[in-house]
Amino acid sequence: MSANGSSNARIIPCLDVDAGRVVKGVNFVDLTDAGDPVELAARYDQQGADEVVFLDITASSDRRETTVELVHRTAEEVFIPFTIGGGIRTVDDARRLLRAGADKVSVNTAAVNRPELVAEIAEEFGSQCAVASIDARRTSGGPFPFEVFTHGGRTPTGIDAIEYAMRVTDLGAGEILLTSMDRDGTRGGFDLELTKAVVDAVNVPVIASGGVGTLDHLVEGVLEGRADAVLAASIFHFGEHTVAEAKAHMAAAGIPIRPANA
Amino acid sequence: MSEGNGAGRPLIAVLDYGIGNLRSAQKSLERMGADARLTADSGVIADAAGVVLPGVGAFGPCMAALEETGLDQQARTAAADGRPFLAICIGLQLLYEGSEEAPGIAGLGIVPGIVRLLPGNVKRPQMQWNRLDVRTPDPMLEGLDNAWVYFVHSYVAPMAENVAAVCDYGGPVAAVVADGNVWATQFHPEKSARPGLRLLENFVSQARTAAAGG
Repeated sequence: MSANGSSNARIIPCLDVDAGRVVKGVNFVDLTDAGDPVELAARYDQQGADEVVFLDITASSDRRETTVELVHRTAEEVFIPFTIGGGIRTVDDARRLLRAGADKVSVNTAAVNRPELVAEIAEEFGSQCAVASIDARRTSGGPFPFEVFTHGGRTPTGIDAIEYAMRVTDLGAGEILLTSMDRDGTRGGFDLELTKAVVDAVNVPVIASGGVGTLDHLVEGVLEGRADAVLAASIFHFGEHTVAEAKAHMAAAGIPIRPANA
Repeated sequence: MSEGNGAGRPLIAVLDYGIGNLRSAQKSLERMGADARLTADSGVIADAAGVVLPGVGAFGPCMAALEETGLDQQARTAAADGRPFLAICIGLQLLYEGSEEAPGIAGLGIVPGIVRLLPGNVKRPQMQWNRLDVRTPDPMLEGLDNAWVYFVHSYVAPMAENVAAVCDYGGPVAAVVADGNVWATQFHPEKSARPGLRLLENFVSQARTAAAGG
């Protein structure tokens, strides 16, 4: 059942963070520290972003402290919802990040390995903060069209992505962050078939991710993919477009969305 | 009276019952001029010019946590003694007598009625920005008519006289409840950018006035 006729679309810039620093170059000219994820998130808040996602790709074992510190500082500077994902394996990991001020935690590899993690987080803190992040690729034939991958899209799992989306939703995920690993980094647009297939399969909001290169791609994600929210990185980070431009473009295409200056 | 209760930065107790992200509410109240403290300390709560019941999560676990910390009774006392009281999101729902989310579990019973599942063919949770339609003007809602604010909830308070503002989500949905010194928002003001901060500023003003007057 899909009923996003009454939903207002959301635009969500995503920041990749390694050891507390933004990974991909960011091209806002007037930032004092272009590598500081907190300053960038605050800038996106000012531009009218509806939410911000931090994807923590820190590999080292001291990651928890830098990530908690990042969340702590973000809560003081950013007054829109923000999600943190990457490396969350236990309810305790989630608790620390939520206590520090994160609104949602997104789980990926750990939930594929043990889907009950989604249920544990949802039961303890509520579905609204339990985001299931799904990295999917098209299969070449076989029993299902889209397969779940883990470890940043490198490891195939043999799991049907659509079935998995339904499973984690049943377990209590309040939102799906769906990334097409085929499209990620290509700037060729969302995988709209993948997006629509997941949107049709679940009754929680779906964030489309992977492949945005133009503002029209954002429009397609909502109108054709029927996503509730669209996530993008490079078109915003490199200063090609502001969030305000993206919102104006979507509104002009007839998509209900909070104006950037609201 | 603590010095935080003065006319400058009124002391606001943000009730800390240990679940989820309560810190954002505290930080945004600080930003809007309050001496906001995340606390379960009865002395601090008694001294506060205003009290905030924040919240994210599910009705049952939140109610259990309030009872474990004794904050259920402190919330009832604060709401009853006339000080400005603000409940946020699940905090709003906890004010009622119960919720379909947790059958058999009693809420705080500060506001009459039962919280129900969002009706109709809509996605649950409502997780989006939506526009406020103010039905009853209120000092807390100054500057907020038609403002966009951030909602995330699957359950909703009953429509009644005390619903001061609604949003449209497959029909009118209670967005703000106002009952004397008790205000409650279904949306998250601490996550609603400028309009949300404006509401919190309005609340800090209420607390400041209450502290000065008395």
